[in-house]
Amino acid sequence: MGDQGTVWLPEAASTVAGDVDALFYFILWVSTILFIGVIGTMVLFAWRFRRRSSQDRPQPVRENKLIEASWIVVPTLLVAIVFVWGFRVFLELGIAPPNSYEIDVRARKWSWLFEYSSGAQSSELHVPVHRPVKLRMISEDVIHSFFVPAFRVKADVFAGRYSYVWFEATRQDTFVVACAEYCGMAHSQMLTRVVVHSQDDFENWLANNAADADMTPAERGERLYSQQGCFACHSLDGIELTGPSFQGLAGSTRMFTDGTSAEADANYLRQAIVNPAAEIVQGYEALMPGTYSSLSAADLDALVAFIEAQ
Amino acid sequence: MHEGSYLGASRGLKSWLLTTDHKRIGILYAVAIAAFFLLGGILAILVRTELTAPGETVFGQDQYNQLFTLHGVVMVFLVIIPGIPGILGNFVLPIQIGAKDVAFPRLNLASWYIFMAGAVLAVLGWLLVGKVDTGWTFYTPYSSGASNAVLWLTSAVFVAGFASIFTGLNFIVTVHKMRAPGMTWNRLPLFVWAIYATAIVQVLATPVIGITMVLLFLEKLLQIGIFDPALGGDPVLFQHFFWFYSHPAVYIMILPAMGIISDLMGTFSRQQVSGYTFIALSSVAIAFLGFLVWGHHMFVAGQSALSSIIFSMLTFLIGIPTGIKVFNWVATMYKGSVWLQTPMLYALMFLFLFTIGGLTGIMVGVLAVDVHLHDTYFVVAHFHYVMMGGALIGLIGGLHYWWPKITGRLYNETAGRIAAVLVFIGFNLTFFTQFILGSRGMPRRYHDYSALMDVMPEAAMLNLASSLGSYILAAGLVMILVYALHSLFRGKLASANPWGACTLEWTHTGPVPDAHNFHETPLVTRGPYDFHLADDVFGSDEEDS
Ligand code: HEC
Ligand SMILES: [Cu+2]
Ligand SMILES: [Cu+2]
Repeated sequence: MGDQGTVWLPEAASTVAGDVDALFYFILWVSTILFIGVIGTMVLFAWRFRRRSSQDRPQPVRENKLIEASWIVVPTLLVAIVFVWGFRVFLELGIAPPNSYEIDVRARKWSWLFEYSSGAQSSELHVPVHRPVKLRMISEDVIHSFFVPAFRVKADVFAGRYSYVWFEATRQDTFVVACAEYCGMAHSQMLTRVVVHSQDDFENWLANNAADADMTPAERGERLYSQQGCFACHSLDGIELTGPSFQGLAGSTRMFTDGTSAEADANYLRQAIVNPAAEIVQGYEALMPGTYSSLSAADLDALVAFIEAQ
Repeated sequence: MHEGSYLGASRGLKSWLLTTDHKRIGILYAVAIAAFFLLGGILAILVRTELTAPGETVFGQDQYNQLFTLHGVVMVFLVIIPGIPGILGNFVLPIQIGAKDVAFPRLNLASWYIFMAGAVLAVLGWLLVGKVDTGWTFYTPYSSGASNAVLWLTSAVFVAGFASIFTGLNFIVTVHKMRAPGMTWNRLPLFVWAIYATAIVQVLATPVIGITMVLLFLEKLLQIGIFDPALGGDPVLFQHFFWFYSHPAVYIMILPAMGIISDLMGTFSRQQVSGYTFIALSSVAIAFLGFLVWGHHMFVAGQSALSSIIFSMLTFLIGIPTGIKVFNWVATMYKGSVWLQTPMLYALMFLFLFTIGGLTGIMVGVLAVDVHLHDTYFVVAHFHYVMMGGALIGLIGGLHYWWPKITGRLYNETAGRIAAVLVFIGFNLTFFTQFILGSRGMPRRYHDYSALMDVMPEAAMLNLASSLGSYILAAGLVMILVYALHSLFRGKLASANPWGACTLEWTHTGPVPDAHNFHETPLVTRGPYDFHLADDVFGSDEEDS
């Protein structure tokens, strides 16, 4: 992530960013000039017409039609310009080119999952450079918002209906993806990266990530840990996030809020993933989503193997 | 305190809690709102303190989210919305039109109790029921899944809404029916016009937030699917309802402040307010047109492109008259006699801050730019420039202006000026930095920005500067509190018209108004800013500056 962008805006790395930035700076400069004009006049008047005696008796000023007309017409014109300009760039932002490469996006508290047509999945977004990419996004829980500052794109993500966003990256690099819509406890941790590859590298990446036959269960579990967003709430290094860390979890004795306890064997771990609300670990809240019950048996085995390896 | 004075007319706590005197009710609001402002301010300082450095500094995520939620709810619903109408509208408006009281004095008292009931619900829910971390916007489905304390807070908003509606109703009838002889519509002080326009919005818009809160309530209690997609509802519907109220509510917050600024610019320039008719009528027009722009909060919320385009255009159309008002206020000083006393310093500060708020409002109203800026700190900075730099600075300026009339005493002018400078510097340091944070990509409602640091290393420095600014701002505000309390007990006694103003509350009452405002009903013979016709207001005991 080399380039730092300009004073007001971050680095620009999509085809639309230049247009958005030009408009931003146009408004910024016109505003600055207007502001200096208004405040300068204010200061000037406050000084020039300051009260010299408590007996000052200013006479009413006659209206000056020309000046009044000008301060109606000039702002209206300026506003009309930025409206039309903003509207044209907005259409550009809104309409994805027909040849776009499509990727599915799932947002959930507090991670992203990207699904590619090849069947590959990842928690970081991988895209080819110089090719329009269109994301079809849906949320598994509350509203999130997909925001890549460097691309100047943002769109809210809802449960139960798709929303779309598109961009064309202009540089091979990695950029921050943030969630812009407040979505609860770890909202500020709901970040990932978009990795922009050359076209060839992208194909390779897809190929490498589609096949998983030759992986051990624990390795597959590690991938699921990141794809399924477990990392948002469970650390591997003992740090407590929203949920307990996986470090040393397997085999330890767990205490629950209802006063009971159990040893964390494979069955317990599986149960804790599939039906988290059944037992709540002491010191935590029932914040783990119930959606993992739909994971396949193989995936569950892999996750359990992964947790046991920590 | 002379005998007839409204302050001395009767004594004891009961005489205050059961008063129907609009002036005393104004003071009841002032006391309550000052307490809420203190609470909201402390919450703001805690929020800023958490953000002084990247990573978790003082509060956990969960606590932080509750802090900013409560800060927003308290400041919006318990301070800014009721602030100017409740305090100054009550105290000043009836006197300015030459009336003995508002049209329905008992309803007026009831409004205060309803407002307090709402506030108590909010505080009880927060203290006793559990956490609320939805943000002041209560967006669904996040709020649908949140703790039941949300219900307490939304009921609080619902209940407090009635106070707002009743106050609005009261003012509308008062302005229509209670004007003194000669107080024609074109002789109404612009503060009255502003409160009148605000009252229209209060009456028309507040029921919508009430209904929305009821729907939220029903959904949560009875599991009817309205907003929650898990129950078959539509989360964006909530946003439509919410902003259908909350955009007009922006005018409930800002129009009264504009009224104060008009009065201040006129009085302290000793000049007719430029564009009187335009300012008066455009306020009323905005009160209606303000209902047509709510969708500009939802440009990235999956709304159709066509609606977005229409909402953006209407937003600009409404913005233009506001810009013209700023020109008019500046023009009011032209060939006037400008007296830079503390209230006037706040009026000029308002022009400075509000102009920035307005221009950045254009920025976020532009479709393509808003896509980038939406839900970032840029928006946070923008609405603080408007809500605090506009509405609250207007309120503070108005309180300084009418302070001698309310208390009969003067405050220390030097202290007033120093505090104004602190507020000005602190405010800009706090919020200007947030513009840059936002446009460079920091989302709002962020507990921790450390993950952004490798793309925006300056985030740490800017956030620290913003937090330091908030401490300076707080110091300025505390200083105001101190000299106000000092003035209350030790301040020099004020004359009836210390600023040489031209409106009835200064020209036709004693240093402190009587319980029934006037000995005899005033006969109005000139406009509110006709200083050239007002021999009686000059040569009062103002010091030459
Ligand atoms: C939104 C946050 C969140 C996500 C995402 C999440 N969990 Fe949890 N998880 C929790 C919380 C909170 C607890 C503790 C409360 C409880 O017992 O339900 C927990 C408990 C657990 C436990 C029991 C831990 C113990 O100390 O006994 C296991 C095992 C577990 N999660 C596995 C997973 C796996 C595997 C994933 C990903 C497929 C996952 N979690 C995703 C929040 C989360
Ligand atoms: Cu999110
Ligand atoms: Cu709005």
